[in-house]
Amino acid sequence: MNKSFLILKREYLTRVTKKSFLVTTLLVPIFMGAIMIVPAWLATRDDKQERTIAVYDESSLFLDQLNQEGYTKYHFVEREKYLTLKENLAGSEYYALLYIPENIYTTSSAQLTSPKQIPFELTEQIERKLSQVIETDKRQKVISESGVPDLEAKLAATRTRVSVNTLKVTETGEEKKSSSMVAFGASYIMGFLIYFFVFMYGAMVMRSVMEEKKSRIVEVIISSVKPFQLMFGKIVGTALVGLTQVVIWIVLGGVIIGVLQGFMTPEATQEMGQNLMQSQPGIAQQTANVEPNQIAEVLEMIGNLNLPLILFSFVFYFLGGYLLYSSLMGAVGAAVDNEEDTQQLVFPVTFPLILSIILLFPIAKNPEGSIAFWASVIPFTSPVCMLARIPYGIPAWELLLSMFLLTLTTIGAIWVAARIYRTGILMYGKKVTLKELFKWLTYKS
Amino acid sequence: MEFFTAKDVVKVYGTTRALSNVSISVKQGSIFGLLGPNGAGKTTLIRIINQITAPDSGEILLEGRKMKFSDIGRIGYLPEERGLYKKMKIGEQALYLAQLKGLSHSEALRNLKYWFEKFDIGAWWEKKVEELSKGMQQKVQFITTVVHKPQLLIFDEPFSGFDPINTNLLKQEILNLRDQGATIIFSTHNMSSVEELCDHIALINQSKKILDGPIAEVKEQHKSNIFEISYHGNFDQVQRSLNHTYKILEHTETTSGNTLRIQHLAGHPGNELLRGLLPVAEITSFNEVIPSMNDVFIKVVKNYNAQSNKP
Repeated sequence: MNKSFLILKREYLTRVTKKSFLVTTLLVPIFMGAIMIVPAWLATRDDKQERTIAVYDESSLFLDQLNQEGYTKYHFVEREKYLTLKENLAGSEYYALLYIPENIYTTSSAQLTSPKQIPFELTEQIERKLSQVIETDKRQKVISESGVPDLEAKLAATRTRVSVNTLKVTETGEEKKSSSMVAFGASYIMGFLIYFFVFMYGAMVMRSVMEEKKSRIVEVIISSVKPFQLMFGKIVGTALVGLTQVVIWIVLGGVIIGVLQGFMTPEATQEMGQNLMQSQPGIAQQTANVEPNQIAEVLEMIGNLNLPLILFSFVFYFLGGYLLYSSLMGAVGAAVDNEEDTQQLVFPVTFPLILSIILLFPIAKNPEGSIAFWASVIPFTSPVCMLARIPYGIPAWELLLSMFLLTLTTIGAIWVAARIYRTGILMYGKKVTLKELFKWLTYKS
Repeated sequence: MEFFTAKDVVKVYGTTRALSNVSISVKQGSIFGLLGPNGAGKTTLIRIINQITAPDSGEILLEGRKMKFSDIGRIGYLPEERGLYKKMKIGEQALYLAQLKGLSHSEALRNLKYWFEKFDIGAWWEKKVEELSKGMQQKVQFITTVVHKPQLLIFDEPFSGFDPINTNLLKQEILNLRDQGATIIFSTHNMSSVEELCDHIALINQSKKILDGPIAEVKEQHKSNIFEISYHGNFDQVQRSLNHTYKILEHTETTSGNTLRIQHLAGHPGNELLRGLLPVAEITSFNEVIPSMNDVFIKVVKNYNAQSNKP
């Protein structure tokens, strides 16, 4: 095993000292963050396009109600102007023409014409505005007809918002605050992490095997060590590269959170929230409902997840999944001559892994269902799927069964992979078929 | 004394026989030529010796004992298809390969320094393989093959890719290694280098060993009773003095003398021919033509294939 250590060391050092390692290590979190943050940021950004909309109001309900909203200006026009504009809107200074029919009160429908594609948000904004005006007008009428004093204030007081706090009863009868949102988040993130790691490092093992085969150095090396030692050193070395990357990410994440916390004093946060509310009346309503102690509550719910179990399972399923898939990917790398031929063999190997990501959604819908059960017990999908189920809580026997089957399958996969590997690395110029691979299993070492 | 022996080695891949009952034995401190056409089974045998694959049956012995996996450190192997890590620095790479063969870091470093100085390539230590020419890479590969002072060396086409100067350098090193006691198995298609280097050869064809022996003996066995004679005199007279058991293969006349190639079909010794010629011509030289290894190779393989193709 001393030689395996040499191989492991080389595998680890050549990868870690590569520039591309540093780049991916730094870029992946930035990229992942960008994927989550950028769309959200873009969504909150104001549409700063200034638009003037001509309004022809037959109902004359909106005359003083509609003048300016954000960057959109409304300009009321007479019938003649409306008719000329209708003929030649593109040549005018107006972005769009809003026609409010006389009977809007009963039909609740208006018409917006523009030579351009009208953004969804603008339509929504106008709809909201028109509805609001009509609603207020109707309400005013009801209030004045009924003659009930202070009706407006009383009606306002009837507005209620109920939030359901989910509690989970443990076996000891203890009640714990849980949240299906938190469980879903944890489940999804962990499932995805496992998928990502197994895929990325499995492919790394495959490429490394292919590089050795392609450069023909493999024959020199296996005249010094057993093929299994080579494969073992490679797989473990790559796993350590992955581990190093994760540790860097954790440290980096810790530093970033620390720095952000330094900047984000409570006042600063509040100020930011206020800015947000002012700029976005729609969001203001929602954020107003977030009570200050809600964040603490989420934290409490995260604390109420079975963290030691989750952590242990994460490590177990990461190792199991990684060993299972990377040994098979290593075998694929050994079986083919060049990159182009890998595709047809990589797909059957990685298909269950891709499938398990798709299965995350039905699992989130029903963590106790039969899809969830089978997906988390069958070894090829269990690393991702079982981990996704654990935050919801899971019977011990299912977890043990799943772990047992995964261990068994991983050992089997390593056995198969080692056989394909040692024959494949010396096989050149032959396009291998699955039948051929099965034949290799019977060759004497 | 036999350093290496393979006994009745059989290896079958699926339905193809790669080796059928091949036995060879290699004397300590000798150079053994492993010959054969492409696809005959040489590489399979070499891989079995290196314990890269195991034979289906038969024995591999090192100094009379069954070879163990740990014996791998006593073997140096230069495969026909060379390869090094392209992106790795030469020095680092050589150290790595030497350590994989079982040397300690300091031992590997010391031995490598010796070889790098000997080949005058110390300046390459920090270079990456992809920066070197093919010939330079071959030199590095040769060093990694011999750095752990193996007792058994296996060279598969060691001279391919070398220019004549480096080929000579390498030949000299191979002979030096033999003189220092290493036993060498040498596989090549270059028959002139076989004659230059080998003491003993075995020829494998269609998975079987069809010829084996010390090189001089093999050549002796396959001579065809051809004689080359230089003389002064009249060709017609010479021709008349020869009876029907002789066949003239070639005759050239020059001002400085004539030469004649004669084959004796019945296989009599040269004395009889000489006796017949002496009265009619003045003989300036008389040689029996010994076939080159190239001739032997072609003749033996062709004969074998012609016979095995018969129904």
